[in-house]
This record gives sequence, C-alpha cells and structure tokens, in this order.
Amino acid sequence: MKYWQYLIVLVSSVGMLGCFNQETAAEKATREGVLLLGNGNEPKALDPHLVSGVIESNLLRSLFEGLCIEHPSDDSQSLPGAAQSWTANEDFTQWTFSLQPDGRWSDGTPVTAHDFTFAYERMLHPDFPSGYADMLYAIKNAEEFHKGKCKDFGDVGVQALDDATLLVTLKAPVPYLPSLTKHFTWLPVPKHKVLEYGTQTEPYTAWTHEGNLVSNGPFQLKKWRQNHLIEVEKSATYWDREAVKLNGIRYYPIKNVNTETRMFLNGQLHVTYGLPPDFIPLALSDHPELIQQELYIGTRFVRANCQRPFTSNVKVRQALSLCIDRQSLIDNILQGGQQAAGSVTPPFGAYQPEGKTSFDPQRARELLAEAGYEGELPELEFLTTDSDVNRRMAEAMQGLWREHLGLRVRIIQREWKSYLKMRNELDFDLMDGAWIGDYLDPTTFLDLWKESNGNNNTGWGDARYEALLAEAELIEDPAQRYQKLLVAESYVMEQTPAIPVYHYNTNYFLSPSVQNWHPLLLNTHPYKFVELK
Amino acid sequence: MYKAILSRILQTLIVVFTLVSVCFLIVHALPGNPFTGERAMDDVVIQRMEASFGLDKPVLVQLGLYWKNLLLHGDMGASMNFKGVPVSSILGQSFPVSFQLGIVAMLMGCGIGMPLGIVAALYRNKWPDYLSMVVAMMGICLPSFVVGPLLQLYVAKPMPMLNIAGWMQAQDVLLPALTLGFGVAAYVARLMRGGMLEVLNQDYIRTARAKGVKTLDILLKHALRPAITPTVTFLGPAFAAVMTGSFVVETIFGVPGMGQHFVDAVTAKDLFLIVGLVLFYGILMGLANLAVDIILMFLNPRLRA
Repeated sequence: MKYWQYLIVLVSSVGMLGCFNQETAAEKATREGVLLLGNGNEPKALDPHLVSGVIESNLLRSLFEGLCIEHPSDDSQSLPGAAQSWTANEDFTQWTFSLQPDGRWSDGTPVTAHDFTFAYERMLHPDFPSGYADMLYAIKNAEEFHKGKCKDFGDVGVQALDDATLLVTLKAPVPYLPSLTKHFTWLPVPKHKVLEYGTQTEPYTAWTHEGNLVSNGPFQLKKWRQNHLIEVEKSATYWDREAVKLNGIRYYPIKNVNTETRMFLNGQLHVTYGLPPDFIPLALSDHPELIQQELYIGTRFVRANCQRPFTSNVKVRQALSLCIDRQSLIDNILQGGQQAAGSVTPPFGAYQPEGKTSFDPQRARELLAEAGYEGELPELEFLTTDSDVNRRMAEAMQGLWREHLGLRVRIIQREWKSYLKMRNELDFDLMDGAWIGDYLDPTTFLDLWKESNGNNNTGWGDARYEALLAEAELIEDPAQRYQKLLVAESYVMEQTPAIPVYHYNTNYFLSPSVQNWHPLLLNTHPYKFVELK
Repeated sequence: MYKAILSRILQTLIVVFTLVSVCFLIVHALPGNPFTGERAMDDVVIQRMEASFGLDKPVLVQLGLYWKNLLLHGDMGASMNFKGVPVSSILGQSFPVSFQLGIVAMLMGCGIGMPLGIVAALYRNKWPDYLSMVVAMMGICLPSFVVGPLLQLYVAKPMPMLNIAGWMQAQDVLLPALTLGFGVAAYVARLMRGGMLEVLNQDYIRTARAKGVKTLDILLKHALRPAITPTVTFLGPAFAAVMTGSFVVETIFGVPGMGQHFVDAVTAKDLFLIVGLVLFYGILMGLANLAVDIILMFLNPRLRA
C-alpha cells in the first residue's frame, strides 16, 4: 500500500471512531450522581467573609451551612440548617438558635455556637477588610463595633450561651431574621482552621485553599483548578447526609455564554449559568423543554444625578422616566421575558407595590415645560459599562429621549473599574445601574435610597423617606410593616432618584434529568435536595 | 558565538527590567481601584485592603519592594482579584495548559503551513499555488472567534469523542490548537513560499536541476535550509505569543490557560497579576528570540561571526 492509501485508511478510521454514539459527559455524570453546573466565572475566593458575588454564593451554598437554609421550592420558608430550631421573643428582637447536635465540620470537629460568634466577630472586626459586613448590622451594636465606636465585641448582640445555643440580640425587630441567616454573610467559619493558618483578622490566608478547607455543609471541597473547575463531593460528616442525593457537583467557570450553551446542547452540562439574549427566542421555539425563565429578585434602573442642576429637578426625572418604552426595550433588545418595572422593588409574595411607571411622552413634555425647560436643553451624559447589551439599551433610551423630548444624550461607555470610579464620584448625569436583592424583604431595595447608604449613588436624600423607613423598622406586625414600606416605595417612585426599567429574570438551560430544582426568586437553589435521574 | 549569546541575554534582562517597571507604573496610573465592586465599601475598608497588599506606600517604594521580593525571595506577589492567591500559583496552574496547547498549535501551524508554502512555491502561478494562498489568506483574515465556533459546530458536534469546549480529556486540545494553529499556518505558508521562491531562483538550484537532481532532493537538501530563515524568525515571537495563551481561543473553548488572565487582570486592575504576566511573557519572548538567533546561527554560518 502506498503512503496516501495508509493516510486515507487512518483518517477514515479516526472519523468512524469519532462518530460512534458514545455516552455524553452529562449522561455519565447523571449515572454517577454528579451535577455538572455552569457557574459563569472563576470565584474570587471561598472565604465567606471576603466575597460578595453570586458566583461565590453558588459555591458557598454547597460547602457551608448557615443557621437556616433555603426551602427547595419556596423562598419565603426557612428550613433548619446548622440550627435545628429557633425561637424569638415577642417583638422579634431576641432570637435563640439551638444548633444541630450532630453538626460537624468536614474534619469531624463539632460545629459549635462559638464558631458562629467567631465568624461574626471576624466579619465585623474593624481590622478585617470585609466588604459585606453591613449585612450583619441588624445585630445590636454590630455597626458600632465595625466602625470602631464600640471596642468590645462582648457588647455586640451575639452570644454563645453554650456550645449548642446561640443568642442573637437585634437593634430593632426583624421578623424575617431566619431568612436573613440564609445569606452567606451569616455562615460560620471553622475557628480551629482559620486560626491554624493565621489570626482571626488576617484576611488572605490559606485556610480556604484546596486541601485545607473544612466546611459544615452537605458537600466538601475536592478539587479547585483555577479557571477550569471546582469539584465538591458529598460530605461524610454532614448531619443530614442521608438526605443528600448528589454525590458531588462540578462547577465550571465558563465565561462565554455562547460556549456554555453549546456545551449544554452537546451534553456536557446539566445546568447553564445563563443564555445569550439573542439565542433566547430560538431556545424558546426549539428547546421549550430545556429553557427555564424564572423571576429573579433584581431591578435594572437608570440613576439620575440629583446633584446636577438639570437632573436635580424631580419633574425632569419623571419626564425622563415617562419616555422609556420599557416593554419595547424588553421585546426588542433583552428578549428574555423580563418584567417592565413599575417600582424599585420587584413584586413578590405579599409585597405587591403598585406600578408607577408608564410610557407617556405627551405628559413627559408637559412635565418638562412645568419644570421650566423649553427650547434648548442641556446635553446629558449617560454612563454605562462596556457590555454589548448595556450599550444597546443605552442607545435605545438615547433615541427615545431625543425623539420625545428633543434631549441630546451622550453615551459614555467605560470598562468596569472606570465605570465604578465615575459612579462613586457622581461623575455622570444619568447612569445605568442595577440591584439584586440579598434576601426576601423590600428593605434590601428600599434601604438603597437612604442618603447614608453607600450604594445610593444618586446624591438624593430625603428626610420624609428616611422617616417612613424608620417607622417601618419599629413595626412588629409583618403585614402592617409591608403597608408602611409600600408608602415609602410609592414616595421614592414619585421622587424618582432612580428610574426603574425592568425587573430581572433568569434564563438558563436545565436538563430534564435534574430533579427537585424549582424556580426561586433569589435563585439560591439548595443543592442538598437536588437529585439526578 | 558565545559572546553574542551572552550579549543577547544581557539585553533581554535589561528589556525585561524596563518592561516590568514601566508596566508597574502604568497600572498604577490606570483609573479605578482594584478593590471597588458593585457594592459600595467604606473608604476605611478599602484602605485596609490596600494596606494588606502594600499599596499604601509610595509607588516607587512599592516598585522597589516588588523587585526586592522577586529577586531575593522569588515572590511575585498575590492577586488582588483572587483575594490573595499567589501570582506564582496562578501562573503555575495556567502556564502548563497554555504550553500544552501552544506546542500542539505550533506543530499544527508548521505541519500545515510549511508544506502549503513549499507546494505553492513549487507550483508558482498554478492552481496548487492559488489554492494554498487562498487557504493562507483565510487563515490570516478569519479571526479565531469565527474559526473556533465553526469548528465546534461542524467538527466537534458530529463527533461525540470531541467535546465542544472544556479541558476534560486529552483530545480537548485538538480544536483550540487547530484554531490557534490555523493563523500560524497562514503566516508560515506565506513566509515559506516567499523564502522558497527566492531560493529556487538561485543559480545553484538551476545548476542542480540541470544536472538532473530530483525535485524532492533539491527541495530537502539544497533549498529548504536557506528558505526557512524568514519562517524561523517569525516562529520565535509567535512561539512566545502562542505559549502564553489566547484570550479569545481560551474563552471560546473554555481552556484554563494564561490568555484570559491577561485581559481579566487588566479589567480588574490586578497589579501583581498583570506585572507577573508581563514579566513571564517578557522572559519567554526574550528566550524565544534568543533561540531564534541561535537557530539562525546554525542555519547560516555567516551569522556566527
């Protein structure tokens, strides 16, 4: 046989071998009970006190367990986690948590109330650079301790009554505290391991590295390969290990949603992190059994700089809001079935704010005239990030404002760090922004607009609004409290420091082999209950 | 010859020192803070974070400390974006992947490009020449974000043995390497054709032909060595570039290589990671150029003087 004949035989053999119907990676993983999950990006860290993102939260949820955990199908419920039960006093200011008697870290060491107090002290310590410590400010004197006004942690409202009992004293009634403790900022850390690799307040030690990390959740860290995968396996010491159906989870930090989508359709993943917006209509028509479109507790809005002459006028801000055709933006740009936003806080459960936005260019022009602006209008700068979707949204709004108000808007696109710098320095007239709720309560959105809140970034502050929130804080009855918060919501919508555009939803692919995975507003699926069939 | 090599090594060290120092200062001049994020943080918290990485000191002091730690302790600092993970650990995990991908890509690039260039030169202005150059032009003109997804859809999808993306099995290197290698092949083919045409017009080749030497012998024994010089010159920097990864190819194929760190670190203003990557890339580029010089000296004895 000649060389070229050998070559033909070789190429066709490889080709035939490749075309044999093999078991896909997802099918194999289903057989092994391992969930393959697209997780969007590489986590910044696995230390619950140093992170603040969704990507890290997805990992921490499998590794660690807070006092309470998520219900698999109902966000408003809280199930026993590291705490087997809890009680509150009459006005919800003092909570006693009894820990699981069989609670163990993955190295077999018992989980005690001291691990919780150690964790909260570490998070709040003035020397520790935690960016999310304000999530613990509901605790009595927590804010004071964090800001150095109170020097003794003994004065902070967290106390280990004994190894198995934790007492939390709050500065005001918080009837939803169990829901709050599901957030990763309330997770315990293994005191013995943190101290093995450094001091309590030393931030960047090796205790969370592969081989060192000890956790108390249903899974423990098995492998961490940067930008490749993080693998967790079922923990042999978890108190409720019989209930855990999965043998492990592999998190893939796939940054490109197109790649992730192709991987899913090729049988390499069970769940994707997201979907490319342009692909959603096709996915809805071609793969309706795979696509998941679920409400997500987040709002996209346009911040107005209330420190600048033109946008400090409330009628101008209202006029700008009235010119945004929200449904058209959703249908033509986002295409993901999002909900046009009528309020800053997305409606959920018993909290149903009245929609206060509409598309009414005629009224917008009247408002602008009432504000004294007719004829030549100043040119505005609209700050946004360098993402493609954000650019398209900004261009669409730029067109709407020009068409209906004759307003010239210059789009300023900046990469992430420059965008944040300009945002923090209020160096814009209008800017694209968003907020995702940390827990299921309207205050996670409404507190943003307090003048002292670092995430306000509008320069807006209003004594009446703050008084309404302060009044709500003291109301013990949940229904009455919501009523008061609805009044505050209505007021902030009227003042419009930020113009809500749409409420988020999640669009992703989910394999039919994944069971017990239900839509959740916070998108915090408890992996403990997930099963593969 | 050894003197020339030593001189090149010294030049490389000076270039790398200047490169890293300038890069250090440029990153400091970039707008934004590496520790700011979507959620606001108190200035005090940011100051604590900056102090943890020594950023509270004057810039020149920081630069001095960086060189001191690097030269005395081999410490490249820690990533700020990945909360204290040592830069050496990040490079240690990502470089072997990029290296593996780069080697296969270079082999593919040379394996495809060199024969294409030789055939094109041999059949100048005939259909094999046109066909080769069309393939080469496609390699130059088609960006990897077009070639990559096309390979995923039309090669990986019908073949279950190949993954669309990921770095899970040995054959996962093939498609990203082909995407990277396609661009290399295109340049190699054009350079090889040019070099070969120049040599094939030389008198000694004409003499060899007149004496009845077989075409294959003329090519391999007489023409290839002088004709390959421009290609070798190109391959040095190309090797260093391919070895340090490609952001686009790594993102498309989910390859955990070094390329994405170059972009992500700049976006995150991750000072020590950026500087570490530049240092590594600078050394690799210097070594690749040195290797090219040495190879050229062997190929062309006149350069040894």
